[in-house]
Amino acid sequence: MQFMLLFSRQGKLRLQKWYVPLSDKEKKKITRELVQTVLARKPKMCSFLEWRDLKIVYKRYASLYFCCATEDQDNELITLEIIHRYVELLDKYFGSVCELDIIFNFEKAYFILDEFLLGGEAQETSKKNVLKAIEQADLLQEVRRLSLATA
Amino acid sequence: MRLNQVPRNCQCKVLALCWEMIRVIRSARTQGEERGIIQKECADIRAQFRQGDNGERSHSLAKLLYVHMLGYPAHFGQMECVRLIASPRYSEKRIGYLGAMMLLDEKQDASLLITNSIKNDLSHSSQYVQSLALCTLACMGSAEMCRDLAPEIERLLRASNCYIKKKATLCAVHIIRKVPELAELFTPSARSLLSEKNHGVLHGAVVLITELCEHNPDTLDQFRKAVPELVQIMKGLVTSSYSPEHNVAGISDPFLQVRILRLLRILGHNNDTASDAMNDLLAQVATNTDSSKTAGSAVLYETVLTIMDINSESGLRVLAVNILGRFLLNNDRNIRYISMTSLQKIVQTDHNAVQRHRGTIVDCLKDQDTSVKRRALELSLALVSAVNIRSMMKELLIFLSTCPPELRSQTTSGIFNVAERYSPSKRWHIDTILHVLTTAGGDVRDETVPNLIQLITTASELHCYTVHKLYRALVKEISQQPLVQVACWCIGEYGDLLLKGECEEIEPVQVTEDDVLDALETVLQSHMSSPATRGFALTATMKLSTRITDNVDRIRSIVSIYGSCIDLELQQRAVEYNALFKKYDHMRAAVLERMPVMGKNSPGHTNGDTSGENKEPDPSKPKPVEAGLLSEPASQVCDLLDLLGGTDTPLQPNPAPTSTPTTTSSTDLLDLLGGLEPTPVLTETVYEKNGLRLKIQCDKQTETEVMVTLIGSNSAQNDITNFSLQAAVPKSVQLQMKAPSGNVIPAHGLGQVTQTVVLNNPNKVSLKIRIRVSYSNQGVMHQDTVQIDSFPSPACQPQSALCDTYTSSASP
Repeated sequence: MQFMLLFSRQGKLRLQKWYVPLSDKEKKKITRELVQTVLARKPKMCSFLEWRDLKIVYKRYASLYFCCATEDQDNELITLEIIHRYVELLDKYFGSVCELDIIFNFEKAYFILDEFLLGGEAQETSKKNVLKAIEQADLLQEVRRLSLATA
Repeated sequence: MRLNQVPRNCQCKVLALCWEMIRVIRSARTQGEERGIIQKECADIRAQFRQGDNGERSHSLAKLLYVHMLGYPAHFGQMECVRLIASPRYSEKRIGYLGAMMLLDEKQDASLLITNSIKNDLSHSSQYVQSLALCTLACMGSAEMCRDLAPEIERLLRASNCYIKKKATLCAVHIIRKVPELAELFTPSARSLLSEKNHGVLHGAVVLITELCEHNPDTLDQFRKAVPELVQIMKGLVTSSYSPEHNVAGISDPFLQVRILRLLRILGHNNDTASDAMNDLLAQVATNTDSSKTAGSAVLYETVLTIMDINSESGLRVLAVNILGRFLLNNDRNIRYISMTSLQKIVQTDHNAVQRHRGTIVDCLKDQDTSVKRRALELSLALVSAVNIRSMMKELLIFLSTCPPELRSQTTSGIFNVAERYSPSKRWHIDTILHVLTTAGGDVRDETVPNLIQLITTASELHCYTVHKLYRALVKEISQQPLVQVACWCIGEYGDLLLKGECEEIEPVQVTEDDVLDALETVLQSHMSSPATRGFALTATMKLSTRITDNVDRIRSIVSIYGSCIDLELQQRAVEYNALFKKYDHMRAAVLERMPVMGKNSPGHTNGDTSGENKEPDPSKPKPVEAGLLSEPASQVCDLLDLLGGTDTPLQPNPAPTSTPTTTSSTDLLDLLGGLEPTPVLTETVYEKNGLRLKIQCDKQTETEVMVTLIGSNSAQNDITNFSLQAAVPKSVQLQMKAPSGNVIPAHGLGQVTQTVVLNNPNKVSLKIRIRVSYSNQGVMHQDTVQIDSFPSPACQPQSALCDTYTSSASP
């Protein structure tokens, strides 16, 4: 995967994860164009489109679009499954996740993504393991804080 | 219970600050208001950063990252990321690394500063800290960082727990992508990873091995030995009992299955042994995978791709194509799209198998989704054959009339290509092209017009039919430029057939000369016509002057009007045509004759040599330059030039502008004299007939220039009128004909007409000149051609046999 974007129906970016080195300017340009292209699609259209030399796989969940840019050899259907798995993880973590959760806790959304994908590839295929790791890391974060408070 | 519920007294106060900022920003009602809030917040954040370690830094950075996501500049946070990464506190490291991944990329110098921190954290006692370092390196590690840290990663790959191992494996993948030479560092450990039971590690291992094989064919050979092992793992996944941890819609770990299948594809490609070893497995997966949900379809899809790309048995291939065929009928549009993408890949190699699904594919042309339509179009075009051309073209033409604009030019090109390859008859071909021009004339390629004209000229039995059809189309509407251009050309060329009225293949309609001229004039005057189209129309009008009988005056007046047209091209044409009416009326019939059949030309390629400005055959003008492109010189206009190696000097009415020489010298001309020495003037008779005698007199000769005078005298009883001379010379020679002294030669030798001709011969080739003599004698038009191979001069060497070694210019 080259990058993943989450954006609302008004085109507001909620999460951006880039796995290829690009300048800020280029990222902004790509984001703008891609968001426009995806938002212009009608509801019944298929989830795949060719854009520049990439395969774009996107799916809408409630008010959020999840959009991934993959390369030629990547399997589009499994990318759809990856998107779905990420949504499931968010859902389990936040409990019936909605867009507001991702807005206010965006750093958590990133942490979860980083436990699921690494360098653009899936690192853990078990939902349970990803969630366990996040839980442990969260605890670690709080424990440190606690020890600081008592120090 | 929500997993992130932790004791409120710790988290609440600090997190609340971050949430508060977000809430405030979101409440801004205008862009300006938001900017103001952001500015204030950024000032606060900067102040926070300056204060140093106070336990609030991580939340300040988090706030900054939010601001950055909104699109505002956040580069002043880069150093803070570096500092936070180096902090001993996990919470600060966590947000610091996240900040690094968002604000720093390998292009920034600051990214190098975190290399040391990463290195330290890779050996940290807590695996979660190690994890942060690994994640960041795999996300944005530059080549330099990768080189620095590769040994560390390799160590972690071998000797660590599963949690770290799986991350180290993917980190290695990133390193190899950045620094391919480091691949050999990871190759030894990669193989042993396949014996891990942990799915995360296995998945990473398969990705790593795939990357290694793609980079190095030798490594690929090595890993072929792993095929049995991979087959075993797959078998285990496919036949295993329900495992809740990895199950997705009834498929056990589809992510891993897909990656293994992809690796098998690479290993089995072009290798019989490997392909054999995986045959059974692929058949098993293909038959047993439940594709009612996406997960199963993903696995089946990858299986099909693998089957088609290795040396599989034919039975297996048929199975694969059938799966794709089933996909084509799936309700899920995504599956249909995928299926067509795969069919496109195999349509050449497994043509017959794909043909069986032609009907479904053609149906997909009617799908709502443009992506699906595009795929269906490409596939349909690939499936056209001589057998199904008629029915397929029907479908394609229906598609063209309703297809989305972004697909139109692809469709028209595709239709033209298949029509050219498989058309059952010329008439069908012409009809099809006409149909396309009527439906989508604005989206066809530029070569369509000359190509169609060339096609029409070759179908001589259909000229009558074609011109009738085109005339009717023209009368209907004139907005489609390519159609109008072709129509004008045909009407100009075959106007006589149009006026005759009858045609076997089309119901007869009486067309009068006025009707035709009306149609052409409408085109000329319409604001919808492009300048090129108007050129076509004007030339067509002119051509009709020799094909109609009653309305020549009307044509004359049209032509003279356009003599003052603002458009320079039109003006020039009108002026030339005017001249054809007036001074050169005797030549008009010859110039405007029916064009011969044109040889097929690809754009930009011309037979023979042409001067710079005339690269493409330009059928809009009856220029004799066409002579250079003919395969069979059928008209006299061409003869003159044809034998001189395709010189593109147009026939020169006098006085003519100096023709531009081409840079290539003519071949095959006899190697006669290099240069002729200055000699005393001599005269020679070159032509004698009907009382007319033409002499050539050499006035001046140097190595590179010859000046001659042509002298015409008349010994007959009657005056010779309309006397004119035209000349053609070899390619590299420049010709300049001065004005003749007159065009009437009195009878009984009472007078002469002289004309001086200057030949500039910079390449010092053998000089030859071909002269066409035109004249009227007692009301009868005569035309003759004379070739002069040597010029009268005492220094002339004995002449070799008259050459017919002039190359015909019409070589393909």
